[in-house]
Amino acid sequence: MLHSKSFVKKTRGGKVTKVVREHYLRDDIYCGASICKVCDPSVARLSASASTILILDTNVVLNQIDLLENPAIDDVVLLSIVLEEVKNKNLSVYNRVRSICSNSLRKFFVFSNEHHKDTYVKEMDGESKNDRNDRAIRVATQWYQTHLGGATRVLLLTNDRENKRKANEEGISAETVETYVKSLGRPDLLDLLVQNASGDVGMEDVEDLRPSKRKILYTEHKPMSEITSGLHRGIYHQGKLRVNRYNPFEAYVGSESIGDEIIIYGRTNMNRAFDGDIVAVELLPQDQWHEEKSLSIADEEDEEEEGVHLVPGSADDAPRTTGQLQGSSGETAPVSFRPSGRVVGIIKRNWHSYCGSLEPMPKPAGSGGIAHALFVSKDRRIPKIRIQTRQLENLLDKRIVVAVDSWDRLSRYPSGHYIRTIGEIGDRDTETEVVLIENDINSRPFSSQVLACLPPLPWSVSPEDLTNPIRQDLRHLRVFSVDPPGCKDIDDALHCTSLPNGNFEVGVHIADVTNFVQPGTPLDEEATQRGTSVYLVERRIDMLPKPLTEDICSLRADVERLAFSVIWEMTPEAEIISTRYTKSVIKSCAAMSYIEAQAKMDDSRLMDPLTTDLRNMNTLAKIMRLRRIERGAITLASAEVKFQIDTETHDPLDIGMYQIREANQMVEEFMLAANVSVSEKILKHFPLCSLLRRHPIPTREMLQPLLLTAAAVGLNLDVSSSKALADSLDRAVGDDPYFNKLIRILATRCMTQAVYFCSGDLSPPEYHHYGLATPIYTHFTSPIRRYADVIVHRLLAASLGIYKLPVIFQDRPQLTSIADNLNYRHRNAQMASRASVELHTLIYFRKRPTDTEARIVKIRSNGFIVFLPKFGIEGPVYLTQRGENGGGEWFVDEQQQKIKKMDGSLSYSVLQAVRIHLEVVEPQPNRPKLHLSLL
Amino acid sequence: MEYVSPEGLRLDGRRPMEMRQIRGEIGAVAKADGSAVFEMGNTKVIAAVYGPREVQNRSQQMNDQALVRCEYSMANFSTGDRMRKPKGDRRSTEISLVIRQTMEACIMTHLMPRSQIDIFVQVLQADGGTRSACINAATLALADAGIPMRDLVTSCSSGYLNSTALLDLNYVEDSAGGPDVTVGFLPKLDKVTLLQMDAKLPLDIFENVMQLAIEGCKAVANYIRELLLENTKQLEYRRGV
Ligand SMILES: [Zn+2]
Repeated sequence: MLHSKSFVKKTRGGKVTKVVREHYLRDDIYCGASICKVCDPSVARLSASASTILILDTNVVLNQIDLLENPAIDDVVLLSIVLEEVKNKNLSVYNRVRSICSNSLRKFFVFSNEHHKDTYVKEMDGESKNDRNDRAIRVATQWYQTHLGGATRVLLLTNDRENKRKANEEGISAETVETYVKSLGRPDLLDLLVQNASGDVGMEDVEDLRPSKRKILYTEHKPMSEITSGLHRGIYHQGKLRVNRYNPFEAYVGSESIGDEIIIYGRTNMNRAFDGDIVAVELLPQDQWHEEKSLSIADEEDEEEEGVHLVPGSADDAPRTTGQLQGSSGETAPVSFRPSGRVVGIIKRNWHSYCGSLEPMPKPAGSGGIAHALFVSKDRRIPKIRIQTRQLENLLDKRIVVAVDSWDRLSRYPSGHYIRTIGEIGDRDTETEVVLIENDINSRPFSSQVLACLPPLPWSVSPEDLTNPIRQDLRHLRVFSVDPPGCKDIDDALHCTSLPNGNFEVGVHIADVTNFVQPGTPLDEEATQRGTSVYLVERRIDMLPKPLTEDICSLRADVERLAFSVIWEMTPEAEIISTRYTKSVIKSCAAMSYIEAQAKMDDSRLMDPLTTDLRNMNTLAKIMRLRRIERGAITLASAEVKFQIDTETHDPLDIGMYQIREANQMVEEFMLAANVSVSEKILKHFPLCSLLRRHPIPTREMLQPLLLTAAAVGLNLDVSSSKALADSLDRAVGDDPYFNKLIRILATRCMTQAVYFCSGDLSPPEYHHYGLATPIYTHFTSPIRRYADVIVHRLLAASLGIYKLPVIFQDRPQLTSIADNLNYRHRNAQMASRASVELHTLIYFRKRPTDTEARIVKIRSNGFIVFLPKFGIEGPVYLTQRGENGGGEWFVDEQQQKIKKMDGSLSYSVLQAVRIHLEVVEPQPNRPKLHLSLL
Repeated sequence: MEYVSPEGLRLDGRRPMEMRQIRGEIGAVAKADGSAVFEMGNTKVIAAVYGPREVQNRSQQMNDQALVRCEYSMANFSTGDRMRKPKGDRRSTEISLVIRQTMEACIMTHLMPRSQIDIFVQVLQADGGTRSACINAATLALADAGIPMRDLVTSCSSGYLNSTALLDLNYVEDSAGGPDVTVGFLPKLDKVTLLQMDAKLPLDIFENVMQLAIEGCKAVANYIRELLLENTKQLEYRRGV
């Protein structure tokens, strides 16, 4: 067990105490080269055919990580001392390099030089730590050279001039990264290199160098020590900067120290901070809180116009409204009372890589030369990024990924470098991939470790499952499922039996996913990370591997499946008398679509048992729904669209609103009831570690746009409680049959989304779900596609004493971070779905210019925003040219929400119906977009 | 914090199942009836045994077995911060008790009625696993004193960090706050006489971790046995047998 080995004691001097640590040196650390005859070949990672083995210096790993992530760089040895230095300097780079090392497709080998008996170096007298580490790197390189005996070239890559010189003196071959990459003859790799800050020449191509512009654009960031003391004294406020998705010149910093959001207007005040950065903010004097706003748009020349986009589904998708109309008349706009400030320093950068394309520019005459270009991110919150490239003509019509390197005070834009090309702009697959990358969605196939956790196929219910005492045999019940057409991941099924006493036994049966996804397995970890399945128009990205999603867990018709059931006894008045929960075995007798189920219920000739069950359930569901609405649940309206996709070309053939039938509402009602029952059960047993879902009450400020519109059309909405709002929404009926739905759509977009949370983190009154008007709520009914439901299944099983609660539930911080991740993943999945719909809408209208009905939803200074109910999109219609700001010809009546022509000949008011022409235009090559114009 | 690198090396260069270098020396205190120094890596403990001898406090005398007493202390210079700790603090009292009970379980006390055995252990240098080192040193000293024992009780600790079971935690690993298990073990009888853990650990993992500590105890026992054999040979040689 104990190897006989020599060891030295390494001493580290601390501040006061002397710390002595043991440091064992070993003779069983191998070189990792498969050509080596001496070492254990089973751990070898480096390929036998490698002509050169690269050893990297710390500065190379720290600065050129994008290059290392490119598969062209392989057969690399990473020394443990290098990894240690990288870890101390930049954790995110460390994580990235570690993930390359663990990728089985890459040939990166970690050599623990610090514990190898021949490569450990002792600090010499008067030698600095840096020098000692550089020497350790050289010694290890030398060791590789002699160890491999010239069988392959061993090359040290370093950008440290001193280290390179010493290496050459000691007879080690060493090169700079640039020289090495150039020797590979791959110009695209050169683009991946991070530019030195000093290499700032020739930028006149893209940046205005007029004397007036070449001044210092931004104030200097305060040093960390000053920030810390400033925070301490309360002059500065710390928080995460979030840029307005719809106006990149406006950002918010949530500050705990002043308990409010600080608004930051304009790039100058943002002072080079990116979305997601942790920043230190200084408040502006109170008299400047309002004035800054009018400047916000005016002082930026590169304002982008708002495009046509999908109708927001909630406040999280909608543009933020801080004031009212921008720049309309100035003096009438109410003063914003929110504090505004400016960024004085950046505590933690959130730089990562961004998807987008280069700003169109003329193609270069020659090829191969270095060109400078401006990169425009797809994410509007990100400023343009300057890059250098040697392949400009290749990149102009491509979607590319770019990383940020630096942003100095003299530059209007940050500088960065090219990472990779995704594909051609406008191509559906490319744009879909952009959507996935933008939303941080993992669409890679499942790894072999994950797939190894699946039960052997073909799978069927085993005799052990049937005899298992925790599982009830419910195969005799007439269970059926109702889902959207073509649904393959069926996670819920229902049954409804009349009892002799006149009551009903109603059951909700949910796929027993946790029977197959055991805590702590690679499968479970992958699902935790993915958090949810993502539904794009033409494809689905699963949370669980396909065999589980579509077969083993899916409650398909006529096969036996494992389920987790909630079974109620209900009176004909839909009062719940008793509830029980059990794991079960079921056999569904029918998997219907909503349309089929609806047709069965509506067909009065049908009297078969299944149809009777459906009708009974529908009756119960209607009562439950009514009761829920009485309690104050809000019936929201969404403008969900549905595409009909060509099976061969995958192009959209038709587009239309998603129709909601009674059958949908019936299933939804029972799912809500099951979720509520389960949330009560788990919270009772685990008051501190249950995963619940809450929907915060919208503030008056959030409802402001709705109230403004309502007031303009003479509608008085009561928003004092969800019940009051629900009632006044019900009363909102005009002569216009579409009026009520329109108001509901406007209400929906004012509310934020519901979020997951850990019950121990909040107090019970905060658990409230506003939209559903229930005190507690959770997700139980879709474990195949949502990880939250998997967690809730485990909680429910533990509360029934079937299984013990996994250890993770004892760890509250971790539970909180899981809930946060789920919220993040859900949000991203939704944004990806929306982006996918927007993409397909664009593809659809490319060949089909259309005239259609639209509603005005918001008045602007130079036009208005219209909503196209048929296609679920909205966008701006301009009455005047951009930048003219009304041009004197039109003026806005804010009270009435009207825009009028000066001579009174024409006026448009909010909610008014207009005819719109819709077509795809290409104002710049390869940048198609939807354009709306008034007919 | 990464206590085990993906390459499978711990901070000090050991692999998870490896113990630190151990070293024992018999007869460090000439005046005592038996004494020993025991080192586990940088943890160094000295033990001295007096007895069996007459019971000092008559009221404690037992007619059917020997009285075993133990005093544990830490030298002020044993840790980095050189803090002056009062004698008889709670931790010392607890460890004294643990050592006493462990040793009592292997000494054949019924052979020495109406007598007293004193065990003094002092930590000279602390770097994690002091409890185990104390027990090992005491065993060696008892053997040196020629006190009849059922078996050589040995001890070793193990812990669970980064989802890996680690043998013989050093100070850095010990202060990570993860679960650590100290086991006292009678190798010949294959019996666990001491088991301490003050953290939560799922049962299946706990069994693995405990098994690892037992393997450690066995390795210590082998070493101690060899050391004693060597010592006996030396004694024989000196006596000219
Ligand atoms: Zn080798």
